[in-house]
Amino acid sequence: MIAEHLPVLQILIPLIAAPICVLLRNRHLVFPFATLVSWMTCAVSVVLLQRIMMGESISYELGGWPSLWGIEYRLDPLSGFVLLVISAVASLVLPFGRELLLREVPTEKHYLFYSAFLLCMTGLLGITITGDFFNVFVFLEISSLSAYVLIAMGKDRRALTAAYRYLIMGTIGSTFILIGIGLVYMMTGTLNMAELTERLHRQVEVQNRIITVIESRTVLAAFAFLTVGISIKLALFPLHVWLPNAYTYAPSMVSAFLASTATKVSFYLLLRVIFTIFGVQFAFHDMSLNQVLMILGLMAVFVGSAVAVYQENVKGLLAYSSVAQIGYLVLAVSFATGNDEGSVLGLSAGIVHLFNHAMIKGSLFLTMGCVMWRVGSTDLKDMKGLAKSMPWTMAAFVIGGLNLIGVPLTSGFISKWYLILAALEKGMIPVAAAALLSSLIAVMYVWRVVEVVYSSSPADETVGSKQQEAPWSMLVPMWIMIGASLIFGTLSRFPMEVARRAAEVLLQTGS
Amino acid sequence: MDLQYVILISIGLPVLGSLCIAQLGKWPNVRDSALVITAAVLCGTISILVPTVIAGNQPEINVVPWALSGDAESGLVARIPLGFKVEPLGMLFAIVASVLWLITSIYAIGYMRGHHEKNQTRFFVFFSLAITGALGVAFARNVFTLFVFYEFLTLSTYPLVTHHGDEKARRAGRTYLGILIGTSVLLLLLGIVWTWQLAGTLEFTQGGILHTANELENKPWLVGVLLALYCFGTGKAALMPFHRWLPGAMVAPTPVSALLHAVAVVKAGVFTVLKVIIYIFGTEFLRETDASVWLMYVAGATLITASLIAMSKDNLKERLAYSTISQLSYIVLGASLANSAGVLGGGMHIAMHAVGKITLFFCAGAIMVASHKTKVSQLNGLGKVMPVTMAAFTVGAFSVIGVPPMGGAWSKWFLALGTLKAGQEPLLAALMISSLLNIAYLMPIPVRAFFLKEESPKVDADNDSDGISSVNEAPLLCVVPLCVTASGCLILFFLADVVQQFLEPIGK
Amino acid sequence: MMLLGLYNYWIAIVLMMTGFYTVISRGNLIKKLIGLNIFQVSVFLLYISMGKVEDGTAPIVLAGSSQGQELRSELPSPGSSAAPIGQSKENLSAGAELADTNEIRPRGNPENLSVTTPSSQRYSNPLPHVLILTAIVVGVATTSVGLALIVRIKEAYGTIEDEEILQEDAQS
Repeated sequence: MIAEHLPVLQILIPLIAAPICVLLRNRHLVFPFATLVSWMTCAVSVVLLQRIMMGESISYELGGWPSLWGIEYRLDPLSGFVLLVISAVASLVLPFGRELLLREVPTEKHYLFYSAFLLCMTGLLGITITGDFFNVFVFLEISSLSAYVLIAMGKDRRALTAAYRYLIMGTIGSTFILIGIGLVYMMTGTLNMAELTERLHRQVEVQNRIITVIESRTVLAAFAFLTVGISIKLALFPLHVWLPNAYTYAPSMVSAFLASTATKVSFYLLLRVIFTIFGVQFAFHDMSLNQVLMILGLMAVFVGSAVAVYQENVKGLLAYSSVAQIGYLVLAVSFATGNDEGSVLGLSAGIVHLFNHAMIKGSLFLTMGCVMWRVGSTDLKDMKGLAKSMPWTMAAFVIGGLNLIGVPLTSGFISKWYLILAALEKGMIPVAAAALLSSLIAVMYVWRVVEVVYSSSPADETVGSKQQEAPWSMLVPMWIMIGASLIFGTLSRFPMEVARRAAEVLLQTGS
Repeated sequence: MDLQYVILISIGLPVLGSLCIAQLGKWPNVRDSALVITAAVLCGTISILVPTVIAGNQPEINVVPWALSGDAESGLVARIPLGFKVEPLGMLFAIVASVLWLITSIYAIGYMRGHHEKNQTRFFVFFSLAITGALGVAFARNVFTLFVFYEFLTLSTYPLVTHHGDEKARRAGRTYLGILIGTSVLLLLLGIVWTWQLAGTLEFTQGGILHTANELENKPWLVGVLLALYCFGTGKAALMPFHRWLPGAMVAPTPVSALLHAVAVVKAGVFTVLKVIIYIFGTEFLRETDASVWLMYVAGATLITASLIAMSKDNLKERLAYSTISQLSYIVLGASLANSAGVLGGGMHIAMHAVGKITLFFCAGAIMVASHKTKVSQLNGLGKVMPVTMAAFTVGAFSVIGVPPMGGAWSKWFLALGTLKAGQEPLLAALMISSLLNIAYLMPIPVRAFFLKEESPKVDADNDSDGISSVNEAPLLCVVPLCVTASGCLILFFLADVVQQFLEPIGK
Repeated sequence: MMLLGLYNYWIAIVLMMTGFYTVISRGNLIKKLIGLNIFQVSVFLLYISMGKVEDGTAPIVLAGSSQGQELRSELPSPGSSAAPIGQSKENLSAGAELADTNEIRPRGNPENLSVTTPSSQRYSNPLPHVLILTAIVVGVATTSVGLALIVRIKEAYGTIEDEEILQEDAQS
């Protein structure tokens, strides 16, 4: 009975929990409640993914309306995977943040914070699960609006300007997406994604000429609006300018959550639009979007990494590294031009990197949360010699950094391996070399931090009282995430199988 | 007991040891004995494997059967395991590394105490971890596993190189990490992925795997490219122009230089080159395609250039470092000859040079501890006060030069034989010239120590070097190990045929 | 003809560019937000005009209509829906009229679907209107969050001029 309604519960649980948080008000009640909700959501997504991987195709018609009229929730391996990433990250970040929040956000705002957090999570989950194109926009706005609010809660006043800038850019992006959805609807008369695909590829007669709907200028415009809009949300270079400050000045647990989920969901949306709705043939062969993506991806990787090297604030460094990692994601997608092995490998490299990077960047931001908790700043100059007093946190940072670099037996290596393999399979050796070269820049920015943290003597001996290391409630979630990145780096079977299945499904529907 | 678990135990033992050492930091004596016990047990464990390998068996075990996958034809079916397999070459390397680790551990305790180094616990922790890296490289069953432990070795030795924590050490650390990680990520990894894409397997197989790749038949140049990716990608082999890290790493405490930068790390590098050439390319395949000729000349050029640079260095450890670069190229040269004599000589040189060079470094360390002298020009007359050390130095130097009756003579003999078989006479000349250069840069040291008189004390203005007369022989914990290795050089000369028989199968 | 006939698009585009330009060029945060609003509203107009059908009436079900039940059965089933835009007479790239035929089915209560009344009677497509209602709500929410942020920025920096804020940040 319940099993049948799991897809909608995935959304409903956090959605309903958000206003309840406001009603509860008492932060001692809100925290366990929100955490419990995130765990329930995570459990639901685990069950859903399990069912999908058993070969079941899940489609849920909201309110019982047939999908053509009503809203349909539809799950394939890709969306199941992304759901798991979002809910798992949320269920680790929430318990982590309890202590941290006391130092970063005024206590009287806590219940609102948790409410906004759950709403943001709802929005992200909704984008992933829905099969209705307009619904995507609605959920996108739910997640974005709550993200603006969350970022603005940062301690530094620059959080406000960062949130404002994100609001302007984000709204332009989502309005672009809205235009795109409108134009596509205009041409097809449906908002259901599966139906849209089919109707876009139909032949129609216009002025005595037979054309395919997808070739019409309106659809071309829609495609352009959609890709640009999503690229803004994805923070694809050069539309990334909102991201670094937003991640730097947001409360640390928000940085961790958004860095590991928000851009990933946008990436998911990009895959949906390219592969499910428009199809590889149109997007990559007729429109040559893959070439654009490849160039932008490579530029993102190099520019993002290079700028990261010069950051004085470690959260800023991680944010620019995120820009670079998005470049890898997009680069991987640009390989998926057909149904051959190289395409499948490339796309699954992208999807598996989505998963891996969520863990890596999430845990790295969590380490910065610990630093924030203890030092009250994440400036490099305040972190001198911190490894002596916070050995566990800094060990986690080193492992996370090795993940970013892509040292073998870490999950970053898995992503890199398949990315390079795909590039070679496609015969694009310079691209493979460039991708490897860029991971050397990662060595530079990671090691810059490691050197300061391990070799320098503490700048200010008075900082710490007896309480040196972060509390257990922070260390445990952080180490779970770090541990997961190591486990999935060694036993890469689970993420790789899911990613591969997801890639195959996408490429089948797309060609 | 199943032999395959012996492999696991031997690789896990140093890790376990390092954990114990980390916990025992408060009691230096207990900690140091834990180190020695671990090292001794490790030697015992490794020796269990030896009879099986001599008998021709190759015990193997998969730790993670499904580490990576992805292949053109079979999709998810083809997989790369993380696992180990013991074959003769790896066995030899493992024996060398573990025995020398035991000796170096004893030496390191003496050195670290004599030199009053800080952070000794951290030092010994990473010192043990590094051995795990070396053993993993030795026993790797495929290139992927080898790569995993190769990187592990780099990372675990980084804290040792930057042990002093000052600016000089940090800069050396940056060069170290930059070159080793840089080359391995950029070139070696690309080579590995490419191999996997071409051949569909990464297992070390007798006779190589690349000859099965169809694509290579159309593109013979690709073999050369791949070989270059592997050889330059293995930054630890210190092939020029990627050798800068080795002299830089000499800022580390001397036991590190001795064990890691004369034995474990650099030997892991050349071992990788040897193993890749034998088991990935296949010597026959390389001979057919002539893809390795360029490598012979790069190696030849490196070995002469490095010897020349060594002559110009006054700092004793730096001189030894350049000597190491030069000697490593002997091994790369042997591998690139791609015939049985060359491969045999290369493999043998791993052992011979390791024992010889570690003796030299031990002596350098002992001199530093006892007299605080680091420069060759300061050593005049030292033979009188440190006779044992300087005698051992002489023995080690003879072995590195290749003078009978020292072990080094045999490996150089086989290498020379290999160049002739391959029809590369210019390289034979290079070997000979280099040996002469070896004499020129190594022999002045014992000559100064034994036959020259101490100069007037004006050199003493140079910081803390005391007058010779006040110097005594180094601590016993330092002197005993270097005597052991020095006698090892002698013994190996007579054991050469054992080593030769042991390595016979790989030359086929 | 074509230019004039598509006047609703021109209006939308002019508004859109006006809004966009304001967002980019103005340094005052409030003005930026106003520009953003104009930008969004232009899209609302685009959607609303899209639903308009020539000679169409408001899609309202009259109380007591007995036709409902019969007509429901006449609805094309999802699988067999007809060629989407076959009956369009207008230029395809214009696109607007494509949605006007019986193609677009409103979502919502099937009872209301019965407004697909006899072919003689045309009705405007209500779906875009419904969608844009949602989008308007979103727009209002965005504006309010934006305004709230501006208030906080004013409190923190004492100014709402972009350049002055940057200067403040550079100094601190």
